[in-house]
Amino acid sequence: MSRLGTITRRTLLVAAVAAAGGVAFGYYSYRKPYPNPLDGELGEGEATFNPWLKIAADGKITIIAPRAEMGQGIHTTLAALVAEELDVTLESVTVEHGPPGHVYYNEKMTEEGPFPFWDESLFANSMRGAMGVAAKFLGIQGTGGSTSVRDAYERMRLAGATAREMLKDAAARRFGVDAATLRTAGGKVADPASGKSFGYGELAAEAAALPPRDVALRERKDWTLLGKPQKRVDMPAKVTGAPIFAIDVRLPDMLHGTVRMSPRFGAKATRVDLSKAGKMPGVIKIVPIETLYGSGFGIIAANTWAAFKAAEAIDVDWGAAAYPPDDAAIAARLAETLDRRDGAALRDDGDVETAFANATPDRLIEAAYSAPYLAHATMEPMNATAWLRDGKLDIWCGNQGPTLVRQFCAEAAGIAEEQVSVHTTLMGGGFGRRIELDFSLYATLLAKEAGGKPVKVTWTREEDMTHDAYRPAAAGRFRAAIGADGMPVALDMNIATPSILKSILSRTFPSISPGGPDRLLSEGAFDQPYAITHCRVTGSEADLSIPTGFWRSVGNSQNAFFHECFLDEIAAKTGLDPVQMRLKLMADYPVAAKVVAKVAEMADWATPPPAGRARGVAFCISFGSWVAQIAEVSQTPSGIRIEKIWCAADLGTVLDPEIVKAQMMSGIVFGLSQAVSQQITFADGMVQQGNFSDYDALRINQCPEIEVELLDNAPKMGGAGEPGTPPAAPALANAISALTGKRIRSMPLNREIDFA
Amino acid sequence: MRLNVNGRDIDVDADPDMPLLWALRDLAGVMGPKFGCGVAACGACTVWIDGQPVRSCSEPVGGVNGRITTIEGLSANGELHAVQKAWIELQVAQCGYCQSGQIMSAAALLAAKPDPTDAEIDEAMAGNLCRCGTYPRIRAAIHRAAAIAKAGG
Repeated sequence: MSRLGTITRRTLLVAAVAAAGGVAFGYYSYRKPYPNPLDGELGEGEATFNPWLKIAADGKITIIAPRAEMGQGIHTTLAALVAEELDVTLESVTVEHGPPGHVYYNEKMTEEGPFPFWDESLFANSMRGAMGVAAKFLGIQGTGGSTSVRDAYERMRLAGATAREMLKDAAARRFGVDAATLRTAGGKVADPASGKSFGYGELAAEAAALPPRDVALRERKDWTLLGKPQKRVDMPAKVTGAPIFAIDVRLPDMLHGTVRMSPRFGAKATRVDLSKAGKMPGVIKIVPIETLYGSGFGIIAANTWAAFKAAEAIDVDWGAAAYPPDDAAIAARLAETLDRRDGAALRDDGDVETAFANATPDRLIEAAYSAPYLAHATMEPMNATAWLRDGKLDIWCGNQGPTLVRQFCAEAAGIAEEQVSVHTTLMGGGFGRRIELDFSLYATLLAKEAGGKPVKVTWTREEDMTHDAYRPAAAGRFRAAIGADGMPVALDMNIATPSILKSILSRTFPSISPGGPDRLLSEGAFDQPYAITHCRVTGSEADLSIPTGFWRSVGNSQNAFFHECFLDEIAAKTGLDPVQMRLKLMADYPVAAKVVAKVAEMADWATPPPAGRARGVAFCISFGSWVAQIAEVSQTPSGIRIEKIWCAADLGTVLDPEIVKAQMMSGIVFGLSQAVSQQITFADGMVQQGNFSDYDALRINQCPEIEVELLDNAPKMGGAGEPGTPPAAPALANAISALTGKRIRSMPLNREIDFA
Repeated sequence: MRLNVNGRDIDVDADPDMPLLWALRDLAGVMGPKFGCGVAACGACTVWIDGQPVRSCSEPVGGVNGRITTIEGLSANGELHAVQKAWIELQVAQCGYCQSGQIMSAAALLAAKPDPTDAEIDEAMAGNLCRCGTYPRIRAAIHRAAAIAKAGG
């Protein structure tokens, strides 16, 4: 297949959404700007300058930060982009998510192709450019892929800068001077000559009607907010228990509800008796639900507790699973997929087959690795509130894709998209789960049966954990051939896992079937900066229809474990130092080598740890960010204790160092949680875990000390939300191997070793 | 039945088996305590009854007799509690969903042990899950809150 023919599946997903959403392609529609969604909803005295900014006559400034705030601090940094150029402080502005709008399309989310991040070839960049154009055509407002800041970096600074110049133009007319002589600061335009000034509020209506001018963005050296730690705009609400989440929505005459969906994905009820559940106190109505996401029942009740009790009381038998129903069958399906050896190799350097044919058995290393399905388990269970009356739908939910929510809920309600208002709240965690549409759809379907009243539909934790879009299970077979110097001369990795994109399409746009190689199968392994002469990394798509989705760091979450642990096995076999071996392999990639050298310096790698302790290292570039981590573990009477994680990360230009460090810390704890104990297992076609009692995450008493340092050598900006996660699991497993001599090749590690 | 929440009497018409959490959220409109698990496994719903931290998701409302304090009632006279001040100073919260429970557990710990060790913090806070991994900052902020409280703040 020609390289030009290798279009990624995410590209095709986007194309599919476009076709199904009826978005027109064509040069004209690309050139034509999307409308400003704020135009339709201005308050008294408010004027809007562009889709990111409203200023009221009383001086109130509202910045729209149109990305999901799930904890990553994005509202603060996006607002700072506008505030920097507008010459206002973050304390003086209100930050809102705002309404859905195609104008808020995410250009970067669709940009990744089957290339490593550093590939600057004409071909790679042409593909990226084409994908950016496609993103604008499609206008999908989405949060994912650690892209929000990269996507907003130019656009939102321009939003602030053009508004500032419009305010100056309006003031210049009033003062009768040249706008270039005016100064802006503290929300005012001042005329140094006369010593007089106008507040932005006084100028807003007049200024917003002026044409925007081309304006140069400020240089980095002139920044006053960007590049420096800001107080998060959502912090006061979050320490006072303010009702900021979708689950906190309260409306007049609001009803409550929940769902009980088939525990076998794609199966329907074969027998049901609703009589007992229907008669329970507080129950108003039980309605069947049929969607591409699942089949089951919705309960409308006077309160959430009554709905939960009734859901439990539904007497129902469900149909059989159309997929391998238990862990053994799933493992067998992954093994068969590996046996076929027909996957796509996104990295295929040198001549792998000849290199292995020429290697003597004592110079060969072979190993098999695996990783389980995982749930997102956000702290706030899935929920949404919907209100359908007079042909209009209002829906409140924490979501990562407002334009998709609008499109799908309009269809479910049988009304036009223009009649749907999506209110995107702050989110009690997302990690990729809230890009899914199930919770919004179910609330909409219950609202149709709620007699014109609003209904808040909250899932139990058990419903949430057993109806996720899971991080897929994966299995890999790897081999390496070692040269005389102990360095790998050949590496061959074959990874089997189901296609996440195919899974998402099956529940959103089922008539579309994607083609071409899928980077998500092998990302974190095929796209790493190690010079190995003969190197092949193959992603083999397994046929498993258990729903899968984007889980913080996606394919990197298991593939970095595979790749970095296997590299460690090579170093252990040949007696090389794992840091030195990596530095040698990545000599052509100075940005990578510098984060590895930095983390080694932070951990004082050259000095062995005290007796009873050991360290392990891992590296991964993901979402454009180069991250190396070292874990130090100790043996205690009750098991392994994770003592410390050092992390060196290079994201290029960092707009808020404290928020980025918090994201690295968060990503590390997320990665350690999967490594230590998390697994979703199957029996009889059903998920066996239901709550935090059997699907836990790291607790404070298990949480290591974490030290993060940021470097700034990368020429391109990387993401922050996900790249902290991939190296954590392999760094831990490598440390455990160094401490105990036990090489654990399958997650979670607590299947083979105890943790304190 | 009558509940005393943050010094205010509230009448709710609840099944006595209904967990206190749902009586607070759905009936009394007190939204600070959060629903996370329903089985006392995550701590997001932590409130105080007579000053003692309890998991309101697993406490039948019919059995509640004492004075209930939720995060909305933690600060007094318009001034934030030392724990809340420390949480802002150290920028602890990320998604924030678990934080009302974290803060209620931390404030109860400091009321009992004004200067807790790391081990005491671990023991008191292990029942409060955070999926964003804010634990290192929680630990630091509890020490900071102890210092703020000692200084009279």
